[in-house]
Amino acid sequence: MPVEIPKDSWPGAVNTVTLGATGDQGGSRTSTVTIGGERSLPFMHFESPMPHRPAIAMEIAPARPADWSAVLLEAWGATADDPGSWARACEEAGADLILLQFGLKGSGDEPVSADFAVAAVKAVLGSTGLPLVVVGPGQAEVDNSILVPIADATKGERLVLGLCEEGNYRTLVAAAMANDHLVLGKTPMDVNLAKQLNILMSDMGLGRDRVVMDPTTAALGYGIEYGYSVMERLRLAALQGDGMTQFPILVTPGAEAWKAKESKVGEGTPAEWGEWRQRGMNWEALTAVSLVEAGAHVVVLRHPESLRRVRAAIDELMASETA
Amino acid sequence: MALAGIQIYKLLPQTNCKECGFPTCLAFAMKLAAKQVELDACPYVTEDSKKQLAESAMPPIRLVTLKGKAGEARAGNEVVLFRHEKKFFNRPGIFIRVADTAADEEIAVTVGAASSYAVDYVGMKLGLDGFAVEAASGDKARLAAVVGAVRAATGLPLILVGRDPEVLAAGLEKLPGEAPLLMGADGSNWEAVADLALKHGAALGLSGASLEELAEMAVKAQEKGVEDLVLHPAAEGLGASLALNTQIRRLALKNFRPLGYPTISFTSGGGPAGRDAVAAAQAVCKYAGFVVLDRFAPELVYPLLVLRENIYTDPQKPIQVQPAIYEINNPGPAAPVLVTTNFSITYFSVANEVEGAGLPAWLVVTDAEGMSVLTAWAAGKFDAASIAKAVKGFGVAAKVDQKLIVIPGHTAVLSGELEEELPDWTIRVGPREAVDLPRYMKEVLV
Ligand code: B12
Ligand code: SF4
Repeated sequence: MPVEIPKDSWPGAVNTVTLGATGDQGGSRTSTVTIGGERSLPFMHFESPMPHRPAIAMEIAPARPADWSAVLLEAWGATADDPGSWARACEEAGADLILLQFGLKGSGDEPVSADFAVAAVKAVLGSTGLPLVVVGPGQAEVDNSILVPIADATKGERLVLGLCEEGNYRTLVAAAMANDHLVLGKTPMDVNLAKQLNILMSDMGLGRDRVVMDPTTAALGYGIEYGYSVMERLRLAALQGDGMTQFPILVTPGAEAWKAKESKVGEGTPAEWGEWRQRGMNWEALTAVSLVEAGAHVVVLRHPESLRRVRAAIDELMASETA
Repeated sequence: MALAGIQIYKLLPQTNCKECGFPTCLAFAMKLAAKQVELDACPYVTEDSKKQLAESAMPPIRLVTLKGKAGEARAGNEVVLFRHEKKFFNRPGIFIRVADTAADEEIAVTVGAASSYAVDYVGMKLGLDGFAVEAASGDKARLAAVVGAVRAATGLPLILVGRDPEVLAAGLEKLPGEAPLLMGADGSNWEAVADLALKHGAALGLSGASLEELAEMAVKAQEKGVEDLVLHPAAEGLGASLALNTQIRRLALKNFRPLGYPTISFTSGGGPAGRDAVAAAQAVCKYAGFVVLDRFAPELVYPLLVLRENIYTDPQKPIQVQPAIYEINNPGPAAPVLVTTNFSITYFSVANEVEGAGLPAWLVVTDAEGMSVLTAWAAGKFDAASIAKAVKGFGVAAKVDQKLIVIPGHTAVLSGELEEELPDWTIRVGPREAVDLPRYMKEVLV
């Protein structure tokens, strides 16, 4: 019996964005990552081929993080003591790119400083050839105080600088434009807020190929449904041709999942939750894969085993075509 | 999908005879479309029109209910492609596969553990929906024995998996009065399995690698009189199964009747670690009506049940608890007062920590319209005035002799204003995360 497969054809497309720059492109990366460009919903290859696969970033910190789950610190071992060796370990584990997340503290109990931050970025760039996303602690002034010097010190690398929010976008966008970098715009789970920030940044003359957006997500069990639906709505709006929703999406399932008690702790939890390590990895991988299917272009993870699981899922999602 | 008034009008006699009590056929059609009158009121509708109207009133995806000795699993009746468009209605049933080639003790252990499995998630008790017994031995007597043993251990609905109609029949004999699902009909044997389904009132699962194959079998099964169908798009890999399940959902919502049925997904336990969890998660998010897992393990099942709950919550209504003062571990007048919001996830993350640590406390839950602490704070629904109102409204002062209130660490900024609103209380700022509450209560609050 013949069945006519309903194919949507959309007027709009997601912007294509390349992260990182190689030697001949003015940077020092040995590989770059290109995301976006779709003209259909995620993995609907039968409508329109997906030009680029979703990428996986591994999150690292400038110093061994005090608040990470023991499962994560155990997985990375001594490499987590120093951002350079940690980044290299991520590259060896198969990451497509690195996300270096700063907190409010620098070395020891000192507040994070520009020198400290620039040194950490240099260490990462020196030890891996992968593209890099650099994210501040999320407080506008502190973010500016470290990200501007980082942007200046790494001109031409096409780093992604975040968090670009309503309070600091002017400074970060200017620093990115002056030094050939990209920005990561972050808004709290709302289609209109995301659009608004994108309009503000674009009005400054920032190119469409220089913005990645983080519409905020939450972990499985802690509000993932909100992030999931906001992403689906953003993607639909992008395909319908709304230019200010067409930026590729980066989300942080790793950080969210490992904040959840289910992943973070192994003691004093109900027996019905099952074995701790497998549970934690499932928590992270399921959060990430659900978001990839809702339209994420970059998922930021924390555990090397989840990286393997999510990569395998993306391989399957990209490989298969149906007749 | 329901027809519009004008489409219904075309199916009416168009004579405007007024016998229905309306001045014109069009007026009657409009009332029909609004479901305010019954079609019977017009004595002249043709049989053919009746049939078309009945079909158009059917849901685009048939509701299929599997019945066990105790308990049901329903799938279908969905009306949207994306949850934000309305909501998803029937949570996909999660079943555990049991092969009849496994040893008796192993089967007993799996079925015992899985059928009694219950886990608490934000005050809801979540569990599994049934078992898929597979006739892997090919032996009638063996399948019947295993079905009997599973049925003796649990009342949950069953799926029988196997290609040989005679073997399946032996299993069915053990399930009188139930509506299990028969899984294993494909292009070569579907007729015999369909006869069995008809005879026993079972639902019929159809496996096929293409939509054409599935649609063709479905139409023939319908013609035979089988109403409850379940489609199994037998795709290799996550990409192909995502595409097929999406296509089926889209076609069904466009009223393509041959594919207007719930689907089933089987996850294989083979392959690299964690692969089954990922495949099952895709099935839960992307349209499956039933999901069969190859093994039972709490660390696999718990995240899937939570994901299912999340994806199937109503996007318009956050899950919430009643604003009230909750007593944790029989608090006395010396116990501290903790304040939080009425978003279920927030309430239970706080209540579970304090309860688990065995510490007595009064937990004041404000009416924050079901929002988390920071969301409610940002939206102006959790502020000094609303906290003070709850404290006064619930008569908290009469329950304690030490007037001490702890507010969430994330909303430390509220403490000044709250001191003004509640002048005879001491306001303390607690830790930011609930996990740190027990230690804070033991070390700081003494
Ligand atoms: C899901 C979510 C939403 C959902 C709502 C979910 C809900 N029902 O509440 C939606 C999408 C609707 C939403 C909307 C908004 N959101 Co919102 N949202 C989130 C998100 C992603 C998760 C919130 C959550 O559920 N957390 C889990 C719960 C359990 O956390 P919690 O309630 O805080 O409880 C924890 C602690 O506070 C503590 N705790 C709780 N009670 C108590 C009590 C005591 C005594 C103690 C000691 C501790 C304690 O224990 C819990 C576990 O550790 C956060 C960002 C994030 N990742 O955290 C943003 C976030 C909360 N949202 C934010 C904002 C700004 C908004 C909006 C105003 C955006 C807008 N303009 O539209 C709206 C407001 C809503 C409205 N106007 O209708 C901001 C708030 C910023 C700020 N610091 O003020 C956040 C932080 C995002 C951000 N980084 O900007 N949001
Ligand atoms: S009774 Fe039937 S034919 Fe007569 S007006 Fe009503 S709808 Fe038309």
